[in-house]
Amino acid sequence: MQPAPEPHGRSDGLHLVFLASPLAVRDNLAQMLAAPPLRDLSPDGRGTAELVLAEVLNNIGEHAYPDGPGPVWVTLTAVADGTQCLVVDQGIAMPHERLPVGQLPSTDTALEDLPEGGFGWHLIHSLTNDLTYLRTGGCNRLSFLLPQA
Amino acid sequence: MQLQTQTRPKVISVTVIEDRIDAATAIQFKEKMRDVTKNGPDRVVLDLARVQFLDSSGLGAIVAVKKLLGPDRVLELAGLTPTVEKVFRLTRMDSIFTIHPSVDVAVSHAASA
Repeated sequence: MQPAPEPHGRSDGLHLVFLASPLAVRDNLAQMLAAPPLRDLSPDGRGTAELVLAEVLNNIGEHAYPDGPGPVWVTLTAVADGTQCLVVDQGIAMPHERLPVGQLPSTDTALEDLPEGGFGWHLIHSLTNDLTYLRTGGCNRLSFLLPQA
Repeated sequence: MQLQTQTRPKVISVTVIEDRIDAATAIQFKEKMRDVTKNGPDRVVLDLARVQFLDSSGLGAIVAVKKLLGPDRVLELAGLTPTVEKVFRLTRMDSIFTIHPSVDVAVSHAASA
């Protein structure tokens, strides 16, 4: 494994590194919620944080590392207007090295055509501010603010 | 993934005895739901009162169960906790399901229908 990308150049906040498999994502979400800064949010704020981070991390597991779990670095920092989050991985870049738009799939369809996926990026866009994606040095860097509830 | 079912004359209710339906359990949930709803009444009420967390994979699995039941049977939902309700609302999937406050309310609806 290569050395960890330097997330912020500062050491405050919560830092976690793990392999992005569905079960590891679940375990690490539990750890994140049990520690500051997420521990100190309202129940609603914690629910939103868990949902957004689950979507981001499971996307990485599924799309950035399709051949098996790879490492992901998470940094969560309390800021004046919420929680600043940075998630870094060394997997495959986003399509066209751009942030997916998060267009909600249509529900105005026949039963058999109802969407079973395509919700994740819409949820991420809906629940975050300042969502930014950067492909640099072989890494995907996704940063966003979870606004104060 | 533990599911508890109760079959009544015209409705089967399925209670999820887990606190989450997520990427790690969505496929298992879908398969167990297919098993427990096989050959039952046309109306299926899914009780989510114990589920504190649902992600897009879990949502996709619930939609998949609705599709598996086919056009002649119906999947209704009951007991959505706040984060679960938020996922349905933000994705507008609340528009494709009848959602009841609790499984008891859902079942009493059946009795009066």
